Amino acid sequence: MSTLAIDKAGPSRKVKLGSMSRDRTWALRWSYFFLVLFAIFFLTPPVYMLITSLKSSAEISAATNPWWVFHPTLANYVELLTSNQFLRFFWNSAMISITVVIVTMLISIPAAFALARMKFWGSATLATGVFLTYLIPDSLLFIPLFKMLAVVQEFTGITLLNRWYVLVFIYPTLTVPFCTWIMIGYFASIPKELDEAALIDGASWLQTLTRIFIPVALPGLIAATIFAFTVSWAQFLYPLVFTTSIDQLVLPVGITTTLIKGDVFNWGQIMTGALLGAAPPLIIYAFLMDYYIAGLTAGATKG
Amino acid sequence: MADVALRKVVKRYDDVEAVRGIDLDIADHEFIVLVGPSGCGKSTTLRMIAGLEDISDGDIMIGGDVVNDVPPKDRDIAMVFQNYALYPHMTVAENMSFGLRLKHYPKAEIKARVTEAARLLDITDLIDRKPKQLSGGQRQRVAMGRAIVRNPKVFLFDEPLSNLDAKLRVQMRIEIKKVHQKVRTTTVYVTHDQVEAMTLADRVVVMNKGRIEQIGTPNELYHKPATRFVAGFIGSPAMNFIPCRLEDVGGTLQIRLTDRIAFPLPPARATRYNSLPRSEKLLLGIRPEHLTESHAHLGPGVETFDTVLDVTEPMGMETLVYFGLEGTPICGRVDPNAGAKDGAPMRLAMDLNNMHLLNDETGVVL
Repeated sequence: MSTLAIDKAGPSRKVKLGSMSRDRTWALRWSYFFLVLFAIFFLTPPVYMLITSLKSSAEISAATNPWWVFHPTLANYVELLTSNQFLRFFWNSAMISITVVIVTMLISIPAAFALARMKFWGSATLATGVFLTYLIPDSLLFIPLFKMLAVVQEFTGITLLNRWYVLVFIYPTLTVPFCTWIMIGYFASIPKELDEAALIDGASWLQTLTRIFIPVALPGLIAATIFAFTVSWAQFLYPLVFTTSIDQLVLPVGITTTLIKGDVFNWGQIMTGALLGAAPPLIIYAFLMDYYIAGLTAGATKG
Repeated sequence: MADVALRKVVKRYDDVEAVRGIDLDIADHEFIVLVGPSGCGKSTTLRMIAGLEDISDGDIMIGGDVVNDVPPKDRDIAMVFQNYALYPHMTVAENMSFGLRLKHYPKAEIKARVTEAARLLDITDLIDRKPKQLSGGQRQRVAMGRAIVRNPKVFLFDEPLSNLDAKLRVQMRIEIKKVHQKVRTTTVYVTHDQVEAMTLADRVVVMNKGRIEQIGTPNELYHKPATRFVAGFIGSPAMNFIPCRLEDVGGTLQIRLTDRIAFPLPPARATRYNSLPRSEKLLLGIRPEHLTESHAHLGPGVETFDTVLDVTEPMGMETLVYFGLEGTPICGRVDPNAGAKDGAPMRLAMDLNNMHLLNDETGVVL
């Protein structure tokens, strides 16, 4: 009897499951199709860079298949990695980016905490204002900024122009607004009872920030860190404007200024430099992504 | 341990008065429950005691000291929130010891207190887990543990059981009562559930629209409600209110419910209500448990009448019967074997010894 009942129930259930799994199969096929399309689109330039970086200048200018390396060589890598100039660019970029990340976090985290939690007069307007400043493009800002630095330099006698460290003060104008805005969002998503509980437990505002908010909003912090580092590392316009001497240049500007001489493009080394330059952000992504797990607040409250 | 006193406490949000001048004295060791519908100001009152809300007017005293301007951390209170508010990145032990660590207690004492609280709440095995690895009931225990380890003057509970399912709520209710019996800390507990209020409280404070309607022991509120609001709020199913008037028939005072139905009042009640003007519009308040099936041996003061039932709800140990009396919906509780059926006529008995008489306009119980 019972077997019969199961047999009877069988087909209708199968059809339902079948239609669902058919939908799912098609959804998967389409997503793979587009994923492959995007992967090809975005990976072609780096692959081309890698291929070119492994060629000698002679092979690059030869009329052979540009998508294949016939005589692979590491000469470009050796040359760049043993050149003091290139290592100097690398060092400048690294110092600036790391300092900017630290400066940005030191400003953004307390600012976001204040704007998200300490309800004071005008805090909501201020929070919107912070984000609006991010929308002003840097190409509009660099001339007045240059003028400001020139005036300050003139009055104080402190050399600010053509020094790599001045970028440490300028980049935060790009990173702080956006990072603050990201952090406001993360802090605002923390249930209010959590800071009230901390307040009753005897925590000061600073302790609430350091011992509750920062650990709980760690994914947001990491997102902001990645953003600040990438922006500083890849910035081109500001260093191009504010630094001119070879020893003050950062990687993106250094590569283009020193490896392009007049109308002579040293393609092999340009590609190698760009690839090597892309490595640090990639490593940082790979390292931080492990910690970048959403849902860290799970368990704090119901739901 | 300390007593808590509220003196004419007011909370205003712009033009809205959420709490309208509350006076309340909570004795040391007492378990007080603030109960009322949403928006009655009970949570605001609790948060003002905690120091999470500023008070607009009046005084709040803990242990005899006015704490109006004292920050929460210096009030020596502990609070349990509805959504637990556990620190998600800390283990159970770290959650419970957070307050003590901030105050730089010696490590040995922190460990001792946490162990003791965990034992009391039966969460010793969970001490190294993170909140997300716990069930709702376990999380609420941890939240209580966090309050207990601090050994505060006052415990504040803000609807702590509202997020739990019905069965767990009953279980945790008993746990909370047990914990209070052991630690004896003065407790203020907010809930909208009158069953929780009745079962937990030494005294219940019924609030409505920012005011206190009545303060009393659970039995006082149940048997001697002061207003229609309290009479209707305490007890489930709620008390029936039937429009009525008093009349004198042949020297006895009787209460007329409809043209057809009028009952003579029991002597004690007749004396009590005799001075009332006969023209006054009144309400008869009668609880469903005093509206039962009629049987052969009815005591004095129990009157019978016939009605036709609209709906019956068998609950197992009893059956709830619903019927109308000139448009007023009424609920009674009858024996499951009394033969109550939907749409069927039934003879019911009303125990007038347990009746209440209310002024229809003011809602005051007479």
